[in-house]
Amino acid sequence: MDMRPDPLIMMTTQTAQATVAAKPKIVARNVNVFYGEKHALKDVSVDIPERSVTSFIGPSGCGKSTFLRCINRMNDTVPSCRVEGTILIDGKDIYDPALDPVQLRARVGMVFQKPNPFPKSIYDNVAYGPRIHGLSRSKGELDQIVEASLRKASLWEEVKDRLTDSGTGLSGGQQQRLCIARTIAINPEIILMDEPCSALDPIATARIEELMEELRHNFTIVIVTHSMQQAARVSQQTAFFHLGHVVEVGETPQIFTNPTDKRTQDYITGRFG
Amino acid sequence: MTDLTAGGVNAPAIRRVEFDTEEAKARLRRRYRSEFRFKVYGFAALAVTTTFLLLLLSSIVSKGIPGFFQNVIVTDVLVDAGKIDPEGNGDAATLRAGDYTAIARAALAEAIPGIEGRQLKKELNGLLSSGAGDALREQVLADPSLVGQRVKTQLLLADEADVFLKDSSTTIRTIADTRGIATPTGTTGDVTIFVGANDFADDIAEVKAELKAKAAAIMEAIERRKARGAGPESLKDLEREAADLRIRYEAAATSETLDSKTPSRLVAINGGIVKVKEMTPTLVKGEVIIPLKSTADAAPGTWQIRVYEKPESNRNLNDRGLTFLEALKAKGLVENRFNWAFFTTGDSREAELAGIQGALVGSILTLLVTIGLCLPIGVLAAIYLEEFAPKNRMTELIEININNLAAVPSIVFGLLGLAVFLNFFNLPRSAPLVGGLVLALLVLPTIIIASRAALKSVPPSIREAALGVGASHQQAVFHHVLPLAMPGIMTGTIIGMAHALGETAPLLMIGMIAFIVDVPTSLTQAATVLPVQIFLWSDLPEPAFKMKTAAAIMVLLAVLFVMNGLAIWLRKKFERRW
Repeated sequence: MDMRPDPLIMMTTQTAQATVAAKPKIVARNVNVFYGEKHALKDVSVDIPERSVTSFIGPSGCGKSTFLRCINRMNDTVPSCRVEGTILIDGKDIYDPALDPVQLRARVGMVFQKPNPFPKSIYDNVAYGPRIHGLSRSKGELDQIVEASLRKASLWEEVKDRLTDSGTGLSGGQQQRLCIARTIAINPEIILMDEPCSALDPIATARIEELMEELRHNFTIVIVTHSMQQAARVSQQTAFFHLGHVVEVGETPQIFTNPTDKRTQDYITGRFG
Repeated sequence: MTDLTAGGVNAPAIRRVEFDTEEAKARLRRRYRSEFRFKVYGFAALAVTTTFLLLLLSSIVSKGIPGFFQNVIVTDVLVDAGKIDPEGNGDAATLRAGDYTAIARAALAEAIPGIEGRQLKKELNGLLSSGAGDALREQVLADPSLVGQRVKTQLLLADEADVFLKDSSTTIRTIADTRGIATPTGTTGDVTIFVGANDFADDIAEVKAELKAKAAAIMEAIERRKARGAGPESLKDLEREAADLRIRYEAAATSETLDSKTPSRLVAINGGIVKVKEMTPTLVKGEVIIPLKSTADAAPGTWQIRVYEKPESNRNLNDRGLTFLEALKAKGLVENRFNWAFFTTGDSREAELAGIQGALVGSILTLLVTIGLCLPIGVLAAIYLEEFAPKNRMTELIEININNLAAVPSIVFGLLGLAVFLNFFNLPRSAPLVGGLVLALLVLPTIIIASRAALKSVPPSIREAALGVGASHQQAVFHHVLPLAMPGIMTGTIIGMAHALGETAPLLMIGMIAFIVDVPTSLTQAATVLPVQIFLWSDLPEPAFKMKTAAAIMVLLAVLFVMNGLAIWLRKKFERRW
């Protein structure tokens, strides 16, 4: 892969430098994850800074999605899964037994690989989170939350006339933006995105990437991606996962232009993966 | 790229698919043949099942349709105040207790006048059902001013008469081109009719031919039994009968006696009908069934000979009843009407009065109990097992047992119900409550299995989406998974209910097989259900009940079709694609 520094990377380099001083939002230390006998994550330690996009890259089965799902304790729903080590958000241990994982997930939103809107109306999709968490006191307030969320997800203009239509009737890209709107409707601090564009066409992908660029001013975003170009375009920090280890973490331009580890170099130049 | 060459020099060369070799052609032919065979088998299987299904349905429908109809006598009757309200107080209780059967009989006597003698009157009244006056009673109760008036009403016919009218197996042959002048000696009682020509010669020949055929049949039976080694003692009776018949048909005597085993012959003359008992070519002796108007000479062609082809002993309706019925029919008084009472009355010992309302209501009450128990218990059990239960030995054991319970023969559930609900809890026997409890046990596994399958078919992405926005597990299940699984659960439940509706065996064990006339009004009253009613009726010997059985089967099938149709409709309507 030819690694000419393209303009986008040049641009993000500057922003990355602006944020590198920001205090870490998420701190993970010696995280080990087991699926039954299988040791999926080995001693992962990563710092994820606030209000920026951090991407996890690596070959299939390297544990990057597993780690992502540790951050909102989604792995709790897998019976055979066991997590060791500490993950702190704003200095608080999220695996503290006193902490309710459901409340955690309201603060750490998640967007999945395949767009998965509820088979309900567009309005109800967005309004569901605010409703169950009691974020609105009146119908008018709820309407405002729905509109604001759809606007932030840059979907409002396309769906404002058909809010009662089913969310599943939208196109793939629109569905994924609806899922993002659904996530930001409960105003989380962190948004986890698990390969959000892998089921989308290039144009829809570009729109999601634009959206992420806007969202990172308000949210801490962590994205798992298979596309190194996408990681380079959207993220300020990149972590390279390989066989359950974090091989290298750093600012995106540095990872892509001057990786310190041989494995990272091999991966980004397409030797394996 | 190195893998392909890594096989080494010893690896066999991989051959390419050939088209032109004999071997390849043979393989192709074999494949075509096998595919053709498969198609033929499939088509044959389909044809066989379709044929049997059509046979079954056409048999049930052809037998059942007459069961929905009922022959009645439609006539004007005089509502005789002396028979229902002699004191003239006119209150409902008196009117209800009135003797409407007597009024119906009077109307019948009016339709066929002049019937004398106890026996004949009894035969005539026997055409009427014991509930013949019921329709009139309802009319009078609805409008008491009808007392003393002439009212048009319908009188229910007894089942023998009804079946005779519906069944076409008895043909009546009329010989109208009589050649001689006939002179009867009387108008009632035993009479002799003298005929100026040998009009009965053909009949006698026919009777002799029949006797000869019957003797031959008996001889054949004797031979068969002899071949099987029967002793001469056991054949004595048959041999004597055959000998008697031979004497009768070989005799040159021109007089012939008719009995109930040969087709009956009657003479219709001077407005009356005489049943022939003995005949010579020019003379018959017989018994008057419908009185003659006079003893005047009847000119050739004005009198007729009627032959009832089916011998009297093979019929449920004897010659007298049949003759009366034909007379009523000839007057245009008999009508075949749709039998609405079939749906609005309970069971009865009289076929023409029996209806299925009791069984239908019993079935509905029973199913209400069943669904009221099964749906909540089954669905909640399925949700717990599928979504919340820890996956360990215990839940596995429960799962296996649920699956096994679905395969337990239904009679076992009946025995369980008998032991637990009746003997231990002392619940009432034959009640829809207990029936519903037993059927609930029976269909619970079905509903749990169907509900679990429906829950499992909801894609996990929906669950993850809900969890991802901070819904708890329970919220995710009840807000998203359960509504999406509901069509599948409803389908499973309806199929389970249809299964319960058709179930008979367990209900027999808890006493729902009793003969129950009253339509049940509560869950603890004795009741029966549709399939048990069918079972009860199918056991009865009266041909009219055979028709009722088929009609009840049609009702049961119709209800089942509607339920299954509803399940399909629900499934189609709420089917979602992700």
